[in-house]
Amino acid sequence: MGKCMQGYLDEQFMELEELQDDVNPNFVEEVATLYFKDSARLINSIDQALERGSFDFNRLDNYMHQFKGSSTSIGASKVKTECTMFREYCRMGNAEGCLRTFQQVKKEHATLRKKLEHYFQLARQAGPKETARRSK
Amino acid sequence: MMNPSQGRGLGSGGGSSSGRKQGGEAVVEMFPSGLRVLVVDDDPTCLMILERMLRTCLYEVTKCNRAEMALSLLRNNKHGFDIVISDVHMPDMDGFKLLEHVGLEMDLPVIMMSADDSKSVVLKGVTHGAVDYLIKPVRMEALKNIWQHVVRKRRSEWSVPENSGSIEETGQQQQQQQQRGGPAVSGGEDAADDNASSVNNEGNNWRSSSNNSRKRKEEEGEEQGDEDASNLKKPRVVWSVELHQQFVAAVNQLGVEKAVPKKILELMNVPGLTRENVASHLQKYRIYLRRLGGVSQHQGNLNNSFMTGQDASFGPLSSLNGFDLQALAVTGQLPAQSLAQLQAAGLGRPAMVSKPGLPVSSVVDERSIFSFDNSKPRFGDGIGHHQTQQPQMNLLHGVPTGMEPRQLACLQQQLPVGNRMSIQQQIAAVRAGHSVQNSGMMMPQQQPFPRGPSIRQPMLPNRITERSGFSGRSSVPESSRVLPTSYTNLPTQHSSTSVAFNSFQQELPVNSFPLPSAPGLSVPAQVRKPHSSYQEEVNSSEAGFTTPSYDMFSNRHNDWDLRSIAFDAHQDAESVAFSNSEAYSSSTMPRNNNNNTAVAATDLGRNQQQTPPNMVPHHHQVYGNGGGGSTSVRVKSERVAADTAAMAFHEQYSNQEDLMSALLKQEGVAPVVDTEFDFDAYSIDDIPV
Repeated sequence: MGKCMQGYLDEQFMELEELQDDVNPNFVEEVATLYFKDSARLINSIDQALERGSFDFNRLDNYMHQFKGSSTSIGASKVKTECTMFREYCRMGNAEGCLRTFQQVKKEHATLRKKLEHYFQLARQAGPKETARRSK
Repeated sequence: MMNPSQGRGLGSGGGSSSGRKQGGEAVVEMFPSGLRVLVVDDDPTCLMILERMLRTCLYEVTKCNRAEMALSLLRNNKHGFDIVISDVHMPDMDGFKLLEHVGLEMDLPVIMMSADDSKSVVLKGVTHGAVDYLIKPVRMEALKNIWQHVVRKRRSEWSVPENSGSIEETGQQQQQQQQRGGPAVSGGEDAADDNASSVNNEGNNWRSSSNNSRKRKEEEGEEQGDEDASNLKKPRVVWSVELHQQFVAAVNQLGVEKAVPKKILELMNVPGLTRENVASHLQKYRIYLRRLGGVSQHQGNLNNSFMTGQDASFGPLSSLNGFDLQALAVTGQLPAQSLAQLQAAGLGRPAMVSKPGLPVSSVVDERSIFSFDNSKPRFGDGIGHHQTQQPQMNLLHGVPTGMEPRQLACLQQQLPVGNRMSIQQQIAAVRAGHSVQNSGMMMPQQQPFPRGPSIRQPMLPNRITERSGFSGRSSVPESSRVLPTSYTNLPTQHSSTSVAFNSFQQELPVNSFPLPSAPGLSVPAQVRKPHSSYQEEVNSSEAGFTTPSYDMFSNRHNDWDLRSIAFDAHQDAESVAFSNSEAYSSSTMPRNNNNNTAVAATDLGRNQQQTPPNMVPHHHQVYGNGGGGSTSVRVKSERVAADTAAMAFHEQYSNQEDLMSALLKQEGVAPVVDTEFDFDAYSIDDIPV
């Protein structure tokens, strides 16, 4: 995974890479694609909810729970951390904290997306085997 | 994907399910590949990953992102799946609902999963009958072994046919089973044979134990006629999901306090099931609940009783405010040693048990208690989570398991003393139905209790330390005097007792605890001084148990009493109580807190409902076991406490089989809320709260 990914993705991501094989050579990328698509939807929902100004913490927490779940599944550690913080603020009913943290969530999410795009690009260039090797 | 034939073969449960397709043929070797898994999750990313993982395990996977869809899939293919994996949080239907449906309608093993690893949720999984609970992100290793649940279920189905055991009809059953298991058995596959025989054995006669042999089965079959399976030997009952659900339903129906094996058994009405089966299952259940730290409403009195007894062994705790908690333990039903064990078990480790007969010298104990605190964090951990919720209240509420007292004690210790609300406060809080969180929050996080004598701290005087009596320390400065409260608390206020114990002077009606009059109680006054400080500390540590509302305590009240007696300063008691309660509440049940506190508040006498599992261990300590500890003092009260303490020990249930029996006997005494505390000597009214 390399230095550039360090900290951003944890062992879970590596687990996913291990699931990749000749039969499913692009598994990880497929999962990542699905993740970003789904999480964009969630981010949107949260954004809208926050913009409305009526802080329905329960609902926000629910969204974030889902978001955190998928982020965890692909091993997005930094994103996950921010999600956890956000949920804490929700629990405390701290609107300002939520807003602040959510910016962080989005930031980490965007960063990860870029990094992964880059990563997959390299992988494609290098070839499937190379990818596997590199990830180890 | 999977080869259909493979799937089929596996479908038969590795060849063992006679009911399913033909018994193992070639499939057995492939087992568990081809296992037909239905995975339900609204998160597409997770779903995709899970599918991939399961396929890698060579399972046959069906994905589903809606619970309703999953249910209809299952309904339309009654035997089309072997196991279901479902997420907990889903938009259209709660995962637990799905779990219940599947269990009832299809009786398939269901694994729950979630990114949420809080104990309360995990506990919920258990109580709803999930065979396992996976925390996301789910790893391959976790999925590789899910087939075991399928096999296990098959076996249990055989052993308790239609839930009705009919063990007695051995001959008949055997035949049936043989027929059922026939193909599988005769198939000769190891797996099948194993399953079949064991099932047969179990089913027929509870003779189970070894799965092996068909011939054994035959032998048993012959003898079955005259066997009363249930009585003969310890039958091996396999608790299937259904059976467990019935059990849980029965426990719930009875109420935590009243859930004794006999009654559970009656309610369940499963022929062939014995009281011992239920008892041991109850033990496990309690322990589990405790461990989960959730509020287990189910915990019955047993827990309480255990707890009380056990407290005694908590040496450190015993010093609760100078009481001879230990004495309590001693006097309590449980022998100090067992208490210790229980405590240790309950606590999960901190082995407070250190001294079986710890002298009341609280001072010394207190020290140890503190040390416990540190060790206890373990419980606190679990509890800690709860702490946020209703720290103290929980303890009492939920932790039915015997461990409560101990746990509470532990919890308390762990919880920073700050939380110790004065017992009174806690009681008040309980009364108000709020979680004991007390101002100080008794349980705040598991901070080790190092507080020392100053533990009295934050306990808000108004708060009644739920802890059942640990009064003492915390907060209730005045309450400490309450001594009597502690005693009185017990009987009268279960919940409040915790608080009351110590010093509930104020709110605790308990104040009127007769304690002072308690014969054995060496008047806290004496004790108090030096002890009180310790006690308080102890309490505080114990407070970890958080929920003063010891419903548990109520059972355990005994513990409190003892304790309360011990401390002359109410405060001590309070702190202790708080600690206990806190511990409990925090640990056990965040959820329960509310309930508990309310309950506790309402009925001090109540037998603690659910002493938070975590708390329990502490409780013991604090109380010194209400039962055991105060040997000298209030024997009666102690006894009750002992029960609760004993209950706390439940957790340990492995050892607890014996304890169980012992406690069960006591149960009569126990946890009933007002009645439990047999404080003859004390009149609760006396206690000036």
